[in-house]
Amino acid sequence: MDSEIGLRVDGTPRRLTVDTRTTLLDALRERLGVTSPKKGCDHGQCGACTVLVDGRRVLSCLTLAVARDGAEVVTAEGLAPDGELHPVQRAFIDRDAFQCGYCTPGQVVSAVGMLDELDRGWPSAATGTGEPELDDAEIAERMSGNLCRCAAYANIVPAVREAGR
Amino acid sequence: MTAIGTDLARRDGTVKVTGTATYAYEAPVERPAYAHPVQATIARGRIRDIEIEDAETLDGVLTVLTPDNAERLADTDDKELAVLQSDEVAFRGQLVGVVVAETSEVAREAAGLVRVTYDEAEHDAELATERGSYVPEQLNAGYPTESAQGDVDAAMASAETTIERTYTTAMYHNNPLEPHTTTALWDGDSLTLWDSTQGVHPLRSTIAPIFGLDEERVRVICPYVGGGFGSKGTAHANVTLATLAARAVPGRPVRLALTRQQMFSLAGYRTPTIQRMRLAADADGRLSAIAIDVVEQTSRIKEYAEQTGTPTRIMYAAENRSVTHRLVPLDVPVPSWMRAPGDCPGMFGPEVAMDELAERLGVDPIELRIRNEPSVDPDTGKPFSSRNLVACLLAGADRFDWADRDLRPGVRRSGDWLVGTGVAASTYPVHRMPASTAVIRREAGRYVVEIGAADLGTGTWTTLPQIAADALDVPVSDVEVRIGDTRYPMASVAGGSSGMTTWGSAVVEAARAFRDKFGQDPADGDEADGSVGPADEDHAMHAFGAQFVEAHVHADTGELRVPRLLGVFAAGRIINPRTARSQFIGGMTMGLSMALHEHSVLDPRTGHVVNHDLAEYHVSVNADVTDVEATWIDEHDPYVNAMGSKGIGEIGIVGTAAAVSNAVWHATGVRVRDLPITLDKVLAALP
Ligand code: FES
Ligand code: FES
Repeated sequence: MDSEIGLRVDGTPRRLTVDTRTTLLDALRERLGVTSPKKGCDHGQCGACTVLVDGRRVLSCLTLAVARDGAEVVTAEGLAPDGELHPVQRAFIDRDAFQCGYCTPGQVVSAVGMLDELDRGWPSAATGTGEPELDDAEIAERMSGNLCRCAAYANIVPAVREAGR
Repeated sequence: MTAIGTDLARRDGTVKVTGTATYAYEAPVERPAYAHPVQATIARGRIRDIEIEDAETLDGVLTVLTPDNAERLADTDDKELAVLQSDEVAFRGQLVGVVVAETSEVAREAAGLVRVTYDEAEHDAELATERGSYVPEQLNAGYPTESAQGDVDAAMASAETTIERTYTTAMYHNNPLEPHTTTALWDGDSLTLWDSTQGVHPLRSTIAPIFGLDEERVRVICPYVGGGFGSKGTAHANVTLATLAARAVPGRPVRLALTRQQMFSLAGYRTPTIQRMRLAADADGRLSAIAIDVVEQTSRIKEYAEQTGTPTRIMYAAENRSVTHRLVPLDVPVPSWMRAPGDCPGMFGPEVAMDELAERLGVDPIELRIRNEPSVDPDTGKPFSSRNLVACLLAGADRFDWADRDLRPGVRRSGDWLVGTGVAASTYPVHRMPASTAVIRREAGRYVVEIGAADLGTGTWTTLPQIAADALDVPVSDVEVRIGDTRYPMASVAGGSSGMTTWGSAVVEAARAFRDKFGQDPADGDEADGSVGPADEDHAMHAFGAQFVEAHVHADTGELRVPRLLGVFAAGRIINPRTARSQFIGGMTMGLSMALHEHSVLDPRTGHVVNHDLAEYHVSVNADVTDVEATWIDEHDPYVNAMGSKGIGEIGIVGTAAAVSNAVWHATGVRVRDLPITLDKVLAALP
């Protein structure tokens, strides 16, 4: 069954027809040609498809597009409007926090979402008693939903730390 | 020379951090159709019947292909690639059909509606012993299957100390984060493939004859590869299937991405290995014999013989030596290349055995290795072009505070954690492929280098310009490279860590030819090419390294953590320290992943890899990695190639798992000889 929905993608309003089974990830990639979010597993296991939906990071492969009619979606491409890179993106380049780049848009979006969560004081498994702080253990814990098979982890952590200062 | 050795940011950085780099599935085409494979659900037998009517009549389905109706391929010699050509099933998950539809959702639904019935046959999918094995003619990359010097049995019988142990490594899947994907488009008799591949030209040479095409009729494009680690080094069945599917819907481009689950039966993997090690030594630890007998698996439809014993041939001096390999053909998917074929699994058994010998003798494991350092390659008798294993071991020892290390196992505690350190050596050969050509052209005041090379995260976009800049003696900003397209001159596969040696040599030759012809002040449009020359035959050429690990094992639960990894490498000149470091630590982290997590669990009853996704096939995640550092020795090697560089994409994974096992022993006193090192293997023996 098809449905028509509206999304605001990287600041641009879009209308599209989707199968009710279409994930937000496939809606972006296959219907709208927005290929910044990547598909690594389609099962919520790798994080490559991470986008911001109404400001929060979500796995777009585990999100049905019809359920997000009217949502505001931001991809890694949208974090750099007019080519002006986001501080997280600049830090990723400075720290060589990627190799093949396939996990990278998801890592970048996840880092942006994560820094915001940290700002709001949301705890993680690595948080002790008081307020969570921007330290390496918090970053590694909160970024562990984003797999990097090239294993740039040791560069991702300092990149996120620097961008978050 | 200034560009080589400079720390430069990746040229493809911006497109990668924004996600605008286009991978194969994202190729800009009009009105793509979508393909979804159908896979066999038995491990061996024959298809009795395939019913496709329900699938064919589903709204939006364009075609359903099976062995009954698929076109006959021109060349079916490679049984892995000859998809839908026969009703025989040789392993579970083999391709038995494909659906092409207007959308990916419909293609997938229709694939589920294809009903296949089988005549099942008995199968054997378990590597347990050498039962049924044979001796392959040669190993991957052409290495000899067996080698022997002296008399190992006699040396074992007369030695003061011997070690005789069996070690095993598991089945592993490469799992690049980008699945194996293709966008295929036929235009009459011409074919364009956007394919996620480690080599556009090798892929073309494989696919063209299968479809009876001259190579000129096939174009392969691949500017970016979302990781490969060997699994995209050779074409797998998904490429033939996508090409077949596209031919069935003329004029429509077809996109096919294997699902993560499908990759576990269709995209290659590393064979499990059984390694019987024998060491004979005198009281000082000087080896009189070293031997490895390897048993590993291959598929019945296509032979792949991992060269697991090869590092044992070159690592340590000993008069009596022997290396053997036996292959067990099973009803399993086709094994293939995975990061550092041979050396990666083949440095697990030997490097743990060396630690066991050090333990037996009460000698420091670094000192033991130094005592067995050969003066020439023990296998061929040739001098090494450069060999700095000892320098790596000593530099690492320095950084890791090795001098103060207590040899005794199981005596250090930090709170509830037992603490230990371990070391292992690392090595990888210098490979040079026989053919590759680069062209250099003056274009709008810049130098443009074209070569069909690949960048799978390895940094080619950034490092080839560095090589060209020095060869032309111009600033690196004056050089542009174009890679990843068969329109450019022929380049060899990005495999065996041969890329920079091979393509870089071609670029240097092209630069020489260009300057010879046009001097320092060329005109727009001036152009020259150059090709890689033959490799030096007079030297044994290998990179070496030393891996240091600190392991923590929880005294009550056996939980394993590796808070510190250090690698020191001797790999010739480093072209770009920033991207090189990423390659080293990436390899080391994958080695950590192999040591602690990775294990494809193949159920012998069904021939199915039961943990066939990323939730259950565990790879290291961010929180598994704390402190991982790589550094290198300043090494000058005039024999390897014009740049003096050795390949660095694979050595990082070599030896890591052994170093982890050795550190776990040092922490707990438990020797884990079977990977992965999981807590159940240490728990029973904890204090
Ligand atoms: S593609 Fe969504 S988590 Fe992997
Ligand atoms: S950069 Fe390749 S998977 Fe992360």
